[in-house]
Amino acid sequence: MKIMASAREVFGNVLMELGRKDHSIVALNADLSSSTKTSIFAKEFPERFFNMGIAEQNMMAAAAGLATTGKKVFASTFAVFATGRVYDQIRQSIAYPRLNVKIVATHGGITVGGDGASHQMLEDIALMRVLPNMTIIIPADAVETDRVIRYIVEHEGPSYIRLPRTKSPVLFSDDYTFEPGKGHVISEGDDVTIMAIGLLVDRAIDAAKLLKNKGISAGVVNMSCVKPIDRELIIECAGKTGAIVTAEEHSIIGGLGEAVASVLVQNAPCIQEMVAIPDVFGESGESEELMTKYGLTVEDIARKAERALERKAVMC
Amino acid sequence: MSDIQKTYNEELNQTIKDLEEKARIIRQHVIEMIHEAGSGHPGGSLSAADILTALYFYIMRHDPKNLNWPERDRLVLSKGHAAPALYAALAESGYFPVEELITLRKLGSRLQGHPSMRHLPGIDMSTGSLGQGFSAAIGIALGGKLDRKDYYVYAILGDGEIEEGSIWEAAMSASHYNLDHLIAFLDRNRLQIDGRTEQVMSIAPVKEKWEAFGWNVIEINGHSIHEIIRAVDRAKTSEGRPNIIIAHTVKGKGVSFMEGSVHFHGKAPNDEQYQIAMRELRGKGVRP
Repeated sequence: MKIMASAREVFGNVLMELGRKDHSIVALNADLSSSTKTSIFAKEFPERFFNMGIAEQNMMAAAAGLATTGKKVFASTFAVFATGRVYDQIRQSIAYPRLNVKIVATHGGITVGGDGASHQMLEDIALMRVLPNMTIIIPADAVETDRVIRYIVEHEGPSYIRLPRTKSPVLFSDDYTFEPGKGHVISEGDDVTIMAIGLLVDRAIDAAKLLKNKGISAGVVNMSCVKPIDRELIIECAGKTGAIVTAEEHSIIGGLGEAVASVLVQNAPCIQEMVAIPDVFGESGESEELMTKYGLTVEDIARKAERALERKAVMC
Repeated sequence: MSDIQKTYNEELNQTIKDLEEKARIIRQHVIEMIHEAGSGHPGGSLSAADILTALYFYIMRHDPKNLNWPERDRLVLSKGHAAPALYAALAESGYFPVEELITLRKLGSRLQGHPSMRHLPGIDMSTGSLGQGFSAAIGIALGGKLDRKDYYVYAILGDGEIEEGSIWEAAMSASHYNLDHLIAFLDRNRLQIDGRTEQVMSIAPVKEKWEAFGWNVIEINGHSIHEIIRAVDRAKTSEGRPNIIIAHTVKGKGVSFMEGSVHFHGKAPNDEQYQIAMRELRGKGVRP
């Protein structure tokens, strides 16, 4: 039985804890403080919390202004409003002037569930990836979320952190350390490498077990730091297994899959399969039903791994 | 009138004369820069020239030698396309050499087409995408309030700019957070790229809109240095409410054929127009 934990809760608690020591931390929200858990920070430090109302554009550009006064600014709302709705504010007022704004978005991906396509953000990584100066991190569990928030508070510059709505299995132990710009090798494998982010990391670990039963040695890498991406590790894995599967709760366009593909084609071309949401909008449903319908299950990852191996065999 | 009052008035009159002279120099720089660049926005730069002059050479507390002075007043040119006027004011203040002004818009220049804080010293916020600078100014004012500093944050908005929806998000938040150290100028020159503001998008009644959003509203002639100074003095007495000074201006002010002309919103003068404009701005041989 897996232990489940909420990354959102962890974010709220860690932010509050860090806020005690560091008085330059301020948090902004757009009427979703209870959902994003910045309410925990707000309760402790009401003077350093600014609810900007249902007005995300103003929140993001005001966050930029606050950053110019030396504040470490956390701006939070749902991923769909934290990126798409305010893309221009992020581009012009945060990324271009390289300001110290940490966008921590919750409710990323299709696991948002019942709210449907309007609230299921599947393009956020794509939108943030194209922006110069932007750091993008998608933690895989609550433990990594804790480490990432502690890292990002000290990181100087624009960043985007995406957290899920749902609780997720705890994957890492207390001694886990997050290394910015580095992929984290969870397990080594000789035949194929599965590179995953967010909720898909847990599934990738299970897929590797499934594959092992079939006699296939699959390595698993947590690529939580999507930008800057760990080029060296991708090239190394390509050299070692010659077959890579990427797995993400994001559109197949512009996300982890294409980030890895870009490194591969320019450095070490090899077979790649992508587990991602096809180029369609989501719909209402239970999180797990949606993950199944849109091809993000353990079995989907294993199947893609086997397909990668078949293609590799043909190539050789 | 007491002697002290008399001396004060005489000094003020002299200050205003000096500032008017400075504004004329700023306008000459604007025309030179845009002519040299071959592109840019003369109309809105000239309409905001007196406001910027009064701010940088009289009103604002700032020090070109101490860029990160925490107590300094800040200025956000939310209508970022008026960058040439801002650059001229910064150069004349001593933030960078005046000779650098003519590099505007050229490859490798620190004087980008729209203000970039990472390129040029003295820029408090990068702007260019309309509406956003105003929100950033609110963030700066929030930071100042949080730190219990008494610096003022000035924002200059275009009248076309207030068609942006986020302006009203920002307006709401500034009064919600009682940002009385925020002083915005609305450069009400009544023209935008496609024509008269009221023709493109009705923004009237402007004063009532801002009042309804909880702002302290002051209306002035935006080309009167004296009125600009007095308006800011009045704004500084406001308690608990953000301030907006609706500055009635003339687009292209100071150059006869640019005044009130949509044509020169975003167009550089040709060589002949440049000569005429400079002759007009130099006036009585004040500057060779």
